[in-house]
Amino acid sequence: MSELRSSSSEMDLDRPNIEEYLTVSSIHETSHDEKLLLRDLLDISPTLTEAAGAIVDDSFTRCFKSNPPEPWNWNVYLFPLWCLGVVVRYGILFPARVIVLAVGWIVFLSSFIPVNFLLRGHDKLRRKLERILVELMCSVFVASWTGVVRYHGPRPSMRPRQVFVANHTSMIDFIILEQMTAFAVIMQKHPGWVGLLQSTILESVGCIWFNRSEAKDREIVARKLRGHIQDPDNNPLLIFPEGTCVNNHYTVMFKKGAFELGCTVCPIAIKYNKIFVDAFWNSKKQSFTMHLLRLMTSWAVVCDVWYLEPQNLKPGESPIEFAERVRNIISVRAGLKMVPWDGYLKYSRPSPKHTERKQQSFAESVLKRLEEK
Amino acid sequence: MGNTSSMLTQYDIEEVQQHCNHTFSQQEIVSLYQRFCQLDRSGGGFISAEEFMSVPEFAVNPLSQRLLRILDGLNFKEFVAFLSAFSSRATLQQKIEFIFKVYDSDCNGKVTFNDVLDVLRDLTGSFISEQQRQQVLTHVLEEAGYTMDSSLVLSDFVKILGNSGLKMEVEVPVD
Repeated sequence: MSELRSSSSEMDLDRPNIEEYLTVSSIHETSHDEKLLLRDLLDISPTLTEAAGAIVDDSFTRCFKSNPPEPWNWNVYLFPLWCLGVVVRYGILFPARVIVLAVGWIVFLSSFIPVNFLLRGHDKLRRKLERILVELMCSVFVASWTGVVRYHGPRPSMRPRQVFVANHTSMIDFIILEQMTAFAVIMQKHPGWVGLLQSTILESVGCIWFNRSEAKDREIVARKLRGHIQDPDNNPLLIFPEGTCVNNHYTVMFKKGAFELGCTVCPIAIKYNKIFVDAFWNSKKQSFTMHLLRLMTSWAVVCDVWYLEPQNLKPGESPIEFAERVRNIISVRAGLKMVPWDGYLKYSRPSPKHTERKQQSFAESVLKRLEEK
Repeated sequence: MGNTSSMLTQYDIEEVQQHCNHTFSQQEIVSLYQRFCQLDRSGGGFISAEEFMSVPEFAVNPLSQRLLRILDGLNFKEFVAFLSAFSSRATLQQKIEFIFKVYDSDCNGKVTFNDVLDVLRDLTGSFISEQQRQQVLTHVLEEAGYTMDSSLVLSDFVKILGNSGLKMEVEVPVD
C-alpha cells in the first residue's frame, strides 16, 4: 500500500488538471439559501447514485475494452465461405507471412550486424544505414499483416526542436510510423524478446526506454529528451503521451512531458479500421507475440495515419492546456472521444486529492447553509 | 456465436429477476451480467473489493470504503440485488431502506448519533473539524426533534426522507 502511495504522489506532478473535469454532481444541489435540515444531511443519495453509476458503467473501463467483432449474419451460404476464409488465412496467408517475416529478419540481421560493427568509425554513414534498415524491417512487419496504411499529409522531416505526438493503440503504431520515418521513440521497457529488440536494435535509432513505475527513470528520460531535441542529426522524436494503449475509440489524458520541452509539437492521428481485426493491444490479456499472431492470421490491418499541422505553445498557455489542445486536434481528426482519465490508473489508484475535492465542496455547502439560520 | 450473454438462460434470468423483485428487465439483467463479468477479472464468480476499486470513478467516491463493506465478494445475484435500489422501478421505500443500510454499519436496525457522524466524516473529510461536525449534527437533530442519544430506526428515515423528492436512479445501458 505504501508503495502505491509513493508512486501516485509521484504521478501527481503530471496530472494537476484532472480535477477540472471531475463531475461535482455529488454536491447536494439544493438551493443554498435554505436552512440546513436533518434530511439534507441524511440524504446521501447523490453520492450513492454516483457510486452505483460507476459500478454499472464507467468511461475509464470503456477505454480499455477490446470490442468483440460484429457477429456475422450467419446463414447456409456464408458458412462455407467463412470456412474457406479460415483455411486461406491460417493455411496460406499465415505461413506465407511467416516466411516473409523470416526472410526479412535474415536480411535485416545479416546487414545490420556488419553495419553496426564494421562502421564504428563512420558514425554518420552508420546511422544513415541503420535508419534505412530499421525502416525496412518495419515495412516487413507491416507486410506480415498485410498492412493497408494510408498516410495523409506531409512526411515528417528531420529538424531540431520538434517532437511528434500520436495516440496509442498498440505497439504496432510504432511499427507503422517507423516504416515511413525512423523516429526515435520514448516507450515503456518491455520484457521478453521485445525488450531485447529495444535494447539492441532500436537503441541505434535513438529510442529511449524507461520504466513507468520508476521515479528515477522519469528524470533521466526528461534529461535525455532535452538533449535529443537539440541535435539536428538525431532522428525525429516520437512520443505517445497517453502512456498506455487505448482501444482506438477514446483518448485518455496526455502526459504533459512532451509539451513542456518548448519545441514545436507535430500531432499524428492514427485510426484503425476494424473491418478485419481489432488492432487494440490489451496488454493485460495478451502478450505482444499473441497480439502479432492474431494480426498475422487476419486478412489485413487497415489504418489511416494523418500528419497534422504543427502546433506551438500559445502565449499565456500552460503546458497542460497545450496538451489538451493537441489532444483535441488528434481526437477530432481520428474521431475519438476524449475522456479525462489518466491512463496510468490502469496500474494504480487515483490520488486521494479527487476524493478530497468532493469532500471539500460538500463541507462548504454544509457550512454555508448552516450560517443561514 | 459464443457471446457471454448467451451463457444466461431464460431460467437464470427469471431467477435473478425474482431475487431483485423484478426491478430490472431481462435486457437490463443481460447487460448487468456482461458488466459483472467485466469487473470480475479473476473470473471467480464474485467481485472483490480490489476489483471494485479498480474503477477510478468508484474509487474516488467519498463513500467507496463504506460501500465496499456491503459490496466485497458479491456474486451476480447479490450484485443485481445491490443495484436494484437504483432502478427506476424500485419503490421509495426500497431506496430509503438501502440508504438506511448504508448508515447502519452494525446491522442492528438502529442508526445512532455516531453512525451518522461516521458517514458525515466520510463525506466532509478534513474540511470540517470533528468538533464542528458534532455541533452541526447535534443542531440539526435537535431541530428535527431528536436528541444526541436517540437512535433512528427505519421508520424515522422514511419520515425524514419520505417527502424530500429523493432521486436515486441509475440507468443500465442496454444495447
